Amino acid sequence: MADFTQNRSNYIRIFFVAIPFILIVRLLFLQVFGSGGYKDAAIGQAVYIKKIYPPRGIIFDRNNKVLMNNSVVYDLVIEPSKVKADFDTAFLCKMINVSVQDFDKQIKKQILKYGAWQKVFTIYRNLSPTTVARLQENLYDFTGVDLMEHSERNFTEHCGGNFVGYINEISKEQLELEKFAGYQKGDYIGITGIESMYEDVLRGQPGVQYLLRDVKQKIQGPYKNGTKDSSAIPGKSLQLYIDARLQKIAEEMMANKLGSAVAIDPNTGGILAFASGPSFNPDLLTGADKSKNLGNMLVDATKPLFNRAIKANYPPGSTFKPITALVALDEGVITPSFGYPCGGGYYACGRRIGCTHSGGGHAANLSLAIANSCNAYFCHVFRLAIDAPKHGSTHVGLERWHHYMNEFGLGHPIGIDIPSENGGNIPDSNYFDRVYNKNWNSCNMSIIGMGQGEILMTPLQMANAMCIIANKGYYYIPHFVKSIDGDSTHAKLGKYLQKHVVANIADSAYNAVGYGMMAVVDQGTGKIARIPGIEVCAKTGTAQNERMISGKRVKLQNHSMFVAYAPRVNPKIAVAVCIENAGYGATWAGPIASLMIEQYLTDTIAKSRLPLKKKWTKRKLFPIIHLSSTRLKNKQLETKK
Amino acid sequence: MQVNLKPKKFIERIDWLMVALFIVLALIGVLSIYSVEHRDSDISFFIKDKRYVKQALFLGVSLFIGLIIIFMDSKFFTSIPFLGYIIGFLFLLLALTPLGKGVKGSHSWLNLGILTFQPGELMKLFTSLSIAKFLSMQEINFSTIKHRLICAAFAIVPAFIIILQNETGLALVYFSFFLAMYREGLPNIVLIIIFSVMALAIVTLLLPKNILFIVLTVIALIFLYVSRKKLKRNKEVLIIVISIWGFGVLFSQVLVPFAFKHVMQSHHIDRIYSLIGQDVPEDYIKLNKSGDKIKTGTSDYNVRQSKIAIASGGFFGKGFLNGSQTQYNWVPEQGTDFIFCTIGEQFGFLGSLLLIGMYAVFLLRIIHVAERQRSQFSRVYAYCVAGILFFHLVINIGMTIGIAPVIGIPLPLISYGGTSLLTFAVLIFILVRLDADRQMVLR
Repeated sequence: MADFTQNRSNYIRIFFVAIPFILIVRLLFLQVFGSGGYKDAAIGQAVYIKKIYPPRGIIFDRNNKVLMNNSVVYDLVIEPSKVKADFDTAFLCKMINVSVQDFDKQIKKQILKYGAWQKVFTIYRNLSPTTVARLQENLYDFTGVDLMEHSERNFTEHCGGNFVGYINEISKEQLELEKFAGYQKGDYIGITGIESMYEDVLRGQPGVQYLLRDVKQKIQGPYKNGTKDSSAIPGKSLQLYIDARLQKIAEEMMANKLGSAVAIDPNTGGILAFASGPSFNPDLLTGADKSKNLGNMLVDATKPLFNRAIKANYPPGSTFKPITALVALDEGVITPSFGYPCGGGYYACGRRIGCTHSGGGHAANLSLAIANSCNAYFCHVFRLAIDAPKHGSTHVGLERWHHYMNEFGLGHPIGIDIPSENGGNIPDSNYFDRVYNKNWNSCNMSIIGMGQGEILMTPLQMANAMCIIANKGYYYIPHFVKSIDGDSTHAKLGKYLQKHVVANIADSAYNAVGYGMMAVVDQGTGKIARIPGIEVCAKTGTAQNERMISGKRVKLQNHSMFVAYAPRVNPKIAVAVCIENAGYGATWAGPIASLMIEQYLTDTIAKSRLPLKKKWTKRKLFPIIHLSSTRLKNKQLETKK
Repeated sequence: MQVNLKPKKFIERIDWLMVALFIVLALIGVLSIYSVEHRDSDISFFIKDKRYVKQALFLGVSLFIGLIIIFMDSKFFTSIPFLGYIIGFLFLLLALTPLGKGVKGSHSWLNLGILTFQPGELMKLFTSLSIAKFLSMQEINFSTIKHRLICAAFAIVPAFIIILQNETGLALVYFSFFLAMYREGLPNIVLIIIFSVMALAIVTLLLPKNILFIVLTVIALIFLYVSRKKLKRNKEVLIIVISIWGFGVLFSQVLVPFAFKHVMQSHHIDRIYSLIGQDVPEDYIKLNKSGDKIKTGTSDYNVRQSKIAIASGGFFGKGFLNGSQTQYNWVPEQGTDFIFCTIGEQFGFLGSLLLIGMYAVFLLRIIHVAERQRSQFSRVYAYCVAGILFFHLVINIGMTIGIAPVIGIPLPLISYGGTSLLTFAVLIFILVRLDADRQMVLR
């Protein structure tokens, strides 16, 4: 045997070891070092991560009546990559009762919204149960089409839309925010009201299920025997202070009016009823046509989505007079027996400020002045308070008054547990310095004493002020939620458990004002609110309002205001009702407040008063909607067409 | 080489290591196929129509035939090669006739009523035996060009027929016979030429025609300039350089484009280009009957899925029957060509290392066995078997991890397929039988 052949057999041996070694090195990089990213690609491909959505928290009223729960609804989703050539679009459209054109339009809309590279498109939401049943039978005919189950909110009592709010799919902008880091595209999130404010407790914690799927995307079983899965934690339930029956009555009566009605339990600050007019059917905020309904309501000139109870600033009118009185009593400038010789107007500041009464002695003492709502009396008393000699100057006196107002929860948002609350307006010396060029005195603002002028309050603030008077000097921040999953001391509720003591005004002052307010109902302007057997304390208000419309100052119909609490001893409910552009406070807002008190305290409405309720439910009090000049022009253009 | 004074008993002369490796690898194959086909919902192991059951049956048949071979006279194998070669060749030709059966675009199967098989697989055996026979004949002198050409023809002619049958992968296996020829003294220059042609082919695919023409010309001119002194004395160098340059130009400018446009099919072109990581040029994209461009790209998907499956195994693997990629049909051709994925995924790098190690031991054992033969016939035959096994192993695993072209040849003894398993069983058991008579001089 020649030598070279022996060498060659060795070369071959080396070759037989070297080449497999190259394979092994390549495998080392592929499997151990994960080069090329193939190592992790398997997880993305064969492991399907299924998000399990927990049911959103249920919302109860104070009597454990369910206000809002969830119902299972189905969305039609389509995966274009899986759709086969023989896809019968016409048949599918027939089953879901839409036209083929609409179907194509919806798909195009989705592509525009999310981009064509999306794998799955949700074409129709919240299909009706019959459609779902029909579809499920024929679903095997349509590869690539599926029904996605998700839960939808459901207003079981059909009330409370304006404070419960609604949920919607999280927006692109929200997804970029850090606080929504745990959310993904397609997740639902509370947009307004309690749904938004208590999002973190209501949402619960989505679970994750890791599933294995085959090349045809068919689920084959759990990944790693489900050891990596996490189960969904249901959202916590909320119990509200809201009394569903009271709420419904309030909403019924506010249905055809602009304004709001708020009722608070003074002992806890819990909101018993919270209606904003015109109230709307909350079912519009759920279901398939949600976005369409929202769009309609947004362009409605009566602005039903504008939550007037916390967002509308009104001059309080005469309902402010008890507060003026309290400040004056605390400042020591008057006593309950203080009287003012009103002859039908206040002339001390040169210009006449009218008073509805001219009879002698209608303001002979505080109680009578409140009962008869004497304008002159309270303008005078207000001036006395801020001009009090102990302050040294009106400037200091006004600041002191401003401080009182602050304590009463005015001039700033109180802190209710739904978003976008307004704070009203309480003018301070800086404001007057600016307006009157630092040359002003108490005469410039005397009408504030009767709740007119620069002072603005939200209905919530009015109701809260009533709570303070009812409680004789303290309040809890008005809020909806009583307990979270039965826990009334939940960290989120901490700020609502704090007692806010107002300015340490003496009980005697409150008693005096209280008697005055009782007299309002017994013999004064608010006789309409009389309820047999209950000492109702109330104050009417008829707030003048002027507005600049198309550059002209227009005097509009007065706002009708009514505030009350009852019973006088150990009060259980404080109410504020405002009806925009309606007229006298006692005439329009009064009956609503009175009926609400009666409903809450006696749990029913007396038969004799039912016709009143019926009348007020039907009553339409929409003012003529004044359109701004641009909108007027648009409207004219439209009619021309 | 051992020299025993007393002849050993027959049983002792059998190389049990090879037999054991054969059985172990074949069992790994059955289990791998089982892991692909097994579903948790299966009620029992023995389900008709499941491939692993069939493969186990094939293994049983293979072992039975192996046993028969062991008890046959070794002289039988030296007497049949040429006859077998002719019969095999006729089968090969028959597969081209309507008797042949087409599977996935190839035409390499033959249906003989009771059994269906690939003559190309069987032909590997007869080619091995024939080359061994030819080289061991006393009148053959392998140092003559004529005999070298004849010997090469034994391998190339069936390969050519198999290319006609559209089984390029199987045809390429026949080039592994050059390993045995190399061992028997094929000069290095032949291998150098083969490698040069292959390099030229790859460069042709990578570079545009015009640039390649310039490069070839520049290289030739540089070569001429460097050897200008030699040129003055010897004009032959000039002729050689010019003819090599001419061949290079002809090959790159005419032959390759011609082959790509008119000879090869779109999936071949696709595979070749995906191997070198290039898109198929517009010129070479074939049009189908309706005039649309044929888009294949499937091999690319296969390799990607295969790589994902293997890589996901990690170091230790996911464990037996826990392969999410291989069990749920993510890798196409899972049971046959891409069977290595199941090992890569379920047993990880460690398992792959062990498997490749076992093959390496097998190969080295065959070389060891080959070198201890007294007869040249047995030695050449053993080298042929080693070459076939090696080629299959490297190309198959190479293609699953993306470093070899996807040419569809099975992993020896492991991939699903009766013909393949049976052919390897016969190849190996004949070697075991011949080795048992290693003291004899067989011709």
